This record gives sequence, C-alpha cells and structure tokens, in this order.
Amino acid sequence: MQKSDYIIEVKHVSKQFEDTKFALDDVNLSIKKGEFVTILGPSGCGKTTLLRCIAGFQVASQGDILLNGIDVTQMPPHQRDVNTVFQKYALFPHLNVYDNVAFGLKLKKIDKKVIEKKVKHALKTVGMTDYEYRDVSSLSGGQQQRVAIARAIINEPEVLLLDEPLAALDLKMRKDMQMELREMHKKLGITFIYVTHDQEEALTLSDRVVVMREGRIQQIGTPTDVYNEPQNCFVADFIGESNILDAIMVKDGVVNFCEHDFECVDKGFGNNQEVDVVVRPEDIYIGKVKTEDSPWALHGEVKSCIFKGVHYEMTVLTDNGYELMIQDYHAFEPGSQVGLLIKPEDIQVMKKERLCNTFDGEILEDNNVRFLDEIWSIPERVADRFEIGEKVEVEVDFNRVNLQDDEEDGTLCGEVHFILYKGNHYHLTVRTDDGDDIYVDTNDVWDNGDRVGIRIAPSYIRLYKKSPEQNTL
Amino acid sequence: MSNWKLKIQSRDKWAWPYTIFLICLVVLPLVLIGVYAFTDSTGEFTLLNFASFFTKSTAINTFIYSIGIALITTIICLLLGYPAAYIMAMADFKTPHVIAMLFILPMWINFLLRTIATVELFGMFGLPLGEGALIFGMVYDFLPFMIYPIYNTLQKMDTNLIEAAHDLGANRIQVFTKVTLPLSMPGIYSGIIMVFMPTVSTFAIAELLTHNKIPLFGSLIQRSFGEGGIAMWNYGAALSLIMLVIIGLTSFFGGDKEDINR
Repeated sequence: MQKSDYIIEVKHVSKQFEDTKFALDDVNLSIKKGEFVTILGPSGCGKTTLLRCIAGFQVASQGDILLNGIDVTQMPPHQRDVNTVFQKYALFPHLNVYDNVAFGLKLKKIDKKVIEKKVKHALKTVGMTDYEYRDVSSLSGGQQQRVAIARAIINEPEVLLLDEPLAALDLKMRKDMQMELREMHKKLGITFIYVTHDQEEALTLSDRVVVMREGRIQQIGTPTDVYNEPQNCFVADFIGESNILDAIMVKDGVVNFCEHDFECVDKGFGNNQEVDVVVRPEDIYIGKVKTEDSPWALHGEVKSCIFKGVHYEMTVLTDNGYELMIQDYHAFEPGSQVGLLIKPEDIQVMKKERLCNTFDGEILEDNNVRFLDEIWSIPERVADRFEIGEKVEVEVDFNRVNLQDDEEDGTLCGEVHFILYKGNHYHLTVRTDDGDDIYVDTNDVWDNGDRVGIRIAPSYIRLYKKSPEQNTL
Repeated sequence: MSNWKLKIQSRDKWAWPYTIFLICLVVLPLVLIGVYAFTDSTGEFTLLNFASFFTKSTAINTFIYSIGIALITTIICLLLGYPAAYIMAMADFKTPHVIAMLFILPMWINFLLRTIATVELFGMFGLPLGEGALIFGMVYDFLPFMIYPIYNTLQKMDTNLIEAAHDLGANRIQVFTKVTLPLSMPGIYSGIIMVFMPTVSTFAIAELLTHNKIPLFGSLIQRSFGEGGIAMWNYGAALSLIMLVIIGLTSFFGGDKEDINR
C-alpha cells in the first residue's frame, strides 16, 4: 500500500565485479517522489555503481530495483524513465547545442515545431537561451553542464540521475550551479538522485543524504541528522570536522571521556559500556581560566590557532593529554590556558562497531594457531587447553597489534586503509593483502596507503572455544 | 640565451641529411616528371602527351577501369572492415591488442609474397585468375589499412557518449546510426584514403593475379617506362602526373572532411 509513495526502491542490491570485492553489498534504499537525495561517499564506495544500476548501465548481481513499483532490474537504459547527467557532460561532439538537447525528442519522432518549443524551454530553464547553434566544444565547462542538464530534463523523466555533475567546475561556478540545481529541482518537481564525494555539497542540496562506504550504506538521513547524529565514526569523520573520542557510558545520561563525566542526553547503552562520542568543533565552548574553582569541564593549553575566515580553528591539548579541535569566533593565543565546556545535547554517543579484533582460528601443533591464513605462536599454557585442530575464536585488543615499518618484520603484511584520530591516539584500519581488516590503536603516525608488517605478541592473543560462553584464558 | 640559440642551430643541422635525401629522391624526380610530361623526346615543350592520353580510348578506359576497381576494393574493405573494427573495439575482450595484432599481422609480410601466395591458393583450389581474383587479392592486401584507423577512432570514443544516447532513449541501432557511426567518420575517411590511394596506382597485384591479362592504370605507366623504351618516357610521365593529381585530390578531399569532423 505504500508502494505508490516511492518512486525508486532498491532492494537488497549487490553488485560484484570480476575478482574484486563487492562494489555494492546488500543496498536498500527507498526514494520518494520529488525528493532530492544525495549519495555521498569517498571514491570507490560504490555510489556511482549504485547510480549506474538505477540508470541501467549496469545490472545488479543480486536484488531488485523498482521504478514506480515496476521491476526494472533487467530493463535496458533506453526503456527506463530516468535520465542521467554525466560527470564529464558526455555531449555529442558532432552535434550543436540544439541537436544535443533535441536528441531524445527526435528519437521519439515528435513534430518538429513541438521539439523546437521544448528545446527552447529547456534551454531557458538552464539559462542557455541564444546558444542553440553553438558548437558544444566552444562552450565553457559550466555551459556544457547546463546543456547536459537541458538534454536530460527535456524528456521529462520521473527521475534525474546526476553523477558528480559539478566535480569538474571551479569553486565559484560550483556554488552558483548548486543554487541553480536546487531551484531547478523545485521548479521541475521531479526526483533528483545526486552522487557526490563533496560532503558540503550533499548537505547544501539534499532533502536526504545517503552515506556510503565500501559498497554499504552507512546512514540515511536528513542533512541535519547525518551531521548532528552520525551513526558511526566513519560518518562523523567523513561529514564535517569532528572530535571523535573513546568513551565509557557510565549510566543513562552520563558519559565519561577525557577523564571527565559529562552529562549527555543519550540513553539505553547500558552501564559502563565502551562507546564512541562525537563532538563537533563548533560545539565546544572555550574561555579563559580565571579562578581556581572554575565552571570548566576540561582545562588545557592552546597549541595552535588558525584564522579560517568566519571563525578561528584551535587545537587545545587538555591537561590529561587529549587533543581537541575547537572552532570559535574569538581567537586564543597559542600557549594560553583555557577552559572547555560541552553542552549535553552537543554530545553524540555512538555504539562501538567492535571492541576488539576477532578472527576465526584453528589450533595447530607446536603451540601455534592459524588465523588470517597465517601461523601465529601462542604461549604453551594457552595452547595446552585446546586440542590440535580445534576451531577457536581469536581476540586481539586494538592496542596490542604491533605495526612495523618493514613489511618483512611482520607475520602478515597489510596497508593502512583508514585513519581515525581519537584525541590521544590513532585508530587505524589495516587491510591485509587477502582483504581482511585488522583494527589497530597506536600513537605512531601512519599515512593512508602505508605498507606495514603486522605483529602480535603471543601473550596478547586470546583464544576462546567456539561456544562463546567458555572463556579459557 | 646565445647558448640556447646555438643548440637550436646545431639541431637544425641534424635535418640536413634528410633534406638532401628529400631533394634528391622526392623533389627532383617530381620536377623531372613535370618536365618530361610537358616535353617531347627532343625536349621541346608540348601538350601532346596529355592529348594522346585523352584521345586514346584504351588509355582512358584503363584509367576509368582502375578507378572502378579501386572503388570496389575500397567499398568491400569498408563493408568487411567496419564490422571487424567495431566488434574489436566494443567487445570487452581481455586482450583486444592480440586480436588487433591478428589483423595487422599480414602487414608484416611483404605484399608481393602475399599476392604470390594468393595466386598459388587460387591454383590449388582450381579457381580462375582474373577480375575476381584481382579484387580478392586487393581486398586481402589492403583490409588491415581499413580496419586499423576505424578501430582506432572507435576505441578512443568516449563510452559515456554511447551510454548517454542509450539513456536518452536510443536503442542499439539508433545509438549506432546517430552516435557511433558519425563519430567514427574520421576513421572511415582515413581508411578510405589508405585503401583507395594504393589500389589506384597498383600494378604488381594486377599482373600476378590476372596473368597480365587485365592492365590497370599503374600497369600502363609501368609499361611506358619498362617496355616502351626511352621514347615512351614522356607519355609515362604525363600518366604519372595525372595519377598524382587524382591521388592528391582524394587525399585533399578526405583530409578536409576529417578536419571538419574534429
């Protein structure tokens, strides 16, 4: 009964290219008629693949795509009532502006006068009147993109797909075009699905933002939702500036981080649970410390202060060793002692995705265990508790994984894949050559893409019998 | 500054050997052809060489026949070559270069050897030599010259354009006629030039594949110089000049089209 509400439904769609990981992994998305939805994510997150599946240029390996309640998963693109604006415009170089825009209508064999009227109207919509007989190669990037939009909207599609349409334009032009796109969306009343890697663009333009990472949807919500209430560290880190910190949910309404109990509004995490908190830099109040018993929650010293136009961006090192980013209209000189305050509603508490690394393992001879396709030695007293060949669950704490500069020094090799700064340490995702992820807490500075050797000391490898209750350590 | 100038100057000198080569083997012969074409055997200026070509019906007929054969060869090459190039460029072969190589491979062998092999093949299968064999041999020899430029333009074509056409409602046939074909025109033009020009002037293939029975325009020129003795040189030079003009016109016409398209 809700079917008519949604113009596009993506149901359990996966897409796998040959010999690679999933480009799309069980994606579910419903889009209402007339909505402006942005699919946001870093390059390689599958956002373009998803758009191409909707357009029909690629066929989903699994799952269904419904357009107006009709299954179009296998339908070729020319039969779908959607049109695409391509990143590199894809204007036909052998046709002039008029013929480019009229291309779709001419295929339908419509009366020439009707075509002319519609082309004029479409060009007027994008502000390109009087350019009809210009050669497309003589137009600037912005003008070409306008023609591309006119060409796509002239067919009056139910859905307009835009694949990073502004990525090739310079900043000023991009801002102008963003506003114009919003206006066009309002005027035309059709559904826009917009793909971008630019989080600011996504927040500015859309009714709803879909954040993707590695083929999976991380969060769907209004721009304010994804900004103020990110559901995980990735979303918090990707959208806007943020301070992401390890914390402990003491009880409902109280969360401890930076060694201080903060009041918060979140509930239902349980007592003394490890969580992540996000505090936006503009939500931290900063002020001079005047008296001994000040109202400040944290004390610290300003390390750097950079003027950013509207505000100043400061780094404050708290007395207990946490580095926080703060944005304020007032500048505080580096070296000055400051106090910090955070309001309860500005603290976003997130469930931790994992508390430690867990792998499937198998006990081998001579005090060894196999996991991640490598052989790791374990202390004899631990090995003695298991049979040889027994399947076990392996746990390793984040801060017990040792990364080596030289790949040769590690039991296993990998590449630093994702870095998250957590105030006083880095939380890294290291992807092994076999494509498994190991999470590491470290104080050392690594860069994205660094090749590392991975070592784990025998005594830090915890083993459990496959039935989860029995702790054998 | 002066150092830099010196370097340029010294680089200019490297072109001298080739310049001398050009003058001796291209410019001078061309001038000689011109001189011979407009003079008689005594060295007096005359237009008789041209007059005798335009009045001799055998010469005119051979000329028209050669152009006809060249046109037929070019059309067959285009009809065979375009689909081959299209399939090669469009299919997601993992190794398109290997397939491209297979089409190019015959070019590695001298065309005379290939033509002689063709003669043997016709003999083996008991097929008669003649006009059919001539066209077969020319198509076989010049097909790669048609495929390669077309393949090149098709391969470089932005796949987004094909997707955009699909997206705007074009089916496969419409995508081909409205986008792929017009955009591959530069390749078609250079393919036509590369096949038409050498087929118009060829004579060796005709000699071998027709047992010297069907003379082409190239054969006429060759005979004027080879068998006619020094007295026929002036006539041969005139014929050469006529062919030069024809080829020049084709390439000019083709090259012009190519420019418009870009």
